[in-house]
Amino acid sequence: MQDATRAVEAIWRIESARIVGALARYTGDFALAEDAAQEALAEALVAWPRDGQPANPVGWLMTTAKRRAIDTIRRAGVQREKYEAIAHDQDEAYDDELDIERIDDDVLALMFVSCHPVLSKEARVALTLRVVGGLSSEEIARAFLVPVPTIQARITRAKKTIAAAKVPFEVPSPDERRQRLAGVLNVLYLIFTEGSTATSGEDLIRTDLAREARRLTRVLIGVLPDEPEAYGLLALMELTASRFPARTDAAGDPVLLEDQDRTRWDRGAVRRGLAALEQATPRGLGPYGLQAAIAATHAVADSVETTDWERIIVLYEALGRIAPNPIVDLNRAVAVAMAHGPLRALEIVDRIAEDKRLDHTHLLPTVRGELLRRLGRTVEARKELERAAGMCTNDRERAVLRQKVADLP
Amino acid sequence: MPKYMLIWRTIDEDKQNAAMAEIPFEQMLEKMGQLNDELIKSGVLLAMEGLDPEEHTVVTYADAAEPPVVTDGPYGETKELFGGFYLISVASKEEAVEWAKRLSYFPGSAVEIRRVPTIDEFPQDNPWIQKELDWRTKNGQL
Repeated sequence: MQDATRAVEAIWRIESARIVGALARYTGDFALAEDAAQEALAEALVAWPRDGQPANPVGWLMTTAKRRAIDTIRRAGVQREKYEAIAHDQDEAYDDELDIERIDDDVLALMFVSCHPVLSKEARVALTLRVVGGLSSEEIARAFLVPVPTIQARITRAKKTIAAAKVPFEVPSPDERRQRLAGVLNVLYLIFTEGSTATSGEDLIRTDLAREARRLTRVLIGVLPDEPEAYGLLALMELTASRFPARTDAAGDPVLLEDQDRTRWDRGAVRRGLAALEQATPRGLGPYGLQAAIAATHAVADSVETTDWERIIVLYEALGRIAPNPIVDLNRAVAVAMAHGPLRALEIVDRIAEDKRLDHTHLLPTVRGELLRRLGRTVEARKELERAAGMCTNDRERAVLRQKVADLP
Repeated sequence: MPKYMLIWRTIDEDKQNAAMAEIPFEQMLEKMGQLNDELIKSGVLLAMEGLDPEEHTVVTYADAAEPPVVTDGPYGETKELFGGFYLISVASKEEAVEWAKRLSYFPGSAVEIRRVPTIDEFPQDNPWIQKELDWRTKNGQL
């Protein structure tokens, strides 16, 4: 790829949220704003490498996008008053000295609209990465290992849904905000988890996606600085990402927590994670804050042996109460195994095995197989680990499971 | 996860002094503050520091044949004074360059873009690298 093209993309990543946000406020039409912004980007990708970068690239993108929006409105012959008014002041140059407070609101509204509950989870993720993160459909498709047309279709459909459901371009009212914020955090979390444990494909970790999720969470905190759970989520991401350098070996195969070389943990990420966790505590920890506290307990321990497993068990119990989830119980069982041995952990696992929600994941047979192995119940362990390997969709993780089976006595 | 350090340097002292005399301090602070805020709100800033001006500078010159020479005050031969840095996490070098361009607003200054290698790019079996890893583990890093 040409350097000039990459330079355009770099600017787009930095500015996309503000350009689409300002344009959506200006036109009151999210889909129109996104289309116009994409047109401006496409024009920049042709014009800048050919003619050189304009003196004020952001202004250029904004003005071009605004013109394209007006063109569209004219072409469609929309009669609505609001659009008429917009078309009339088209000659006014875009106000370069944008009101900072207003930009923050635009970016925030953009995040809320992209993560709106009328959209499917996949659509929210794709739309957030595209409009807030400034990623191209190609980049999103690559990150999620799906064909480019799939992502394009998701985004097109999402924009139609937003228009059809008449989702306003605004920050939700204070009483609605808490609930809607949970939706935004969930989308950022989904992006991060897809990056931190790729559900399919060859690589275990897709750091680009995990990095982008952290960046977007910082963007959210930048415009909404008083939400403890946003800090809790950032803390969880930083502390989880701190282990990335040690989570795979030279061949790219996963290394279990107990075998990780802790000197390779990213201490900068740990430091940032602990700082974010401090900000997450004023009203007691929420689900992300609790998970971050668990990750922090690992982060400050020298080894598996010196880890405060009792604290981790208590945190999982608290998490299980405020956000009941069989995966949380499964993780609690692993902590119990570390603190009190495999037998007590197996009792917990057998209780949660009845939960149908775990039927589709390889996690339950993985943990159960490992506990049985430690108890010396080899025949049962083999059966469970083989079942886990059969269900696992990540190539690297599956290889580790197969190796475990092969290593059984 | 590329990290870059954007290093702010003075490359033309006369030009910089002239600009300093002309532009009100408040205005400089405003410009710098806005850019810092932009870096924070874009979610890319990891750390930043500014350094004391050059009247506090002491330089030691290495010469294999002689003990190091210590000089006070501004650089003699080299004009390029390191004035401060930003540490950012971005998707690409081009993005780091774009931020550097935005930070290049003060006459007589330059911004240098350097990738920060991670410790695992060094030989892991070297005892000194292991010592450093141990120190980083206990004390943290940027």
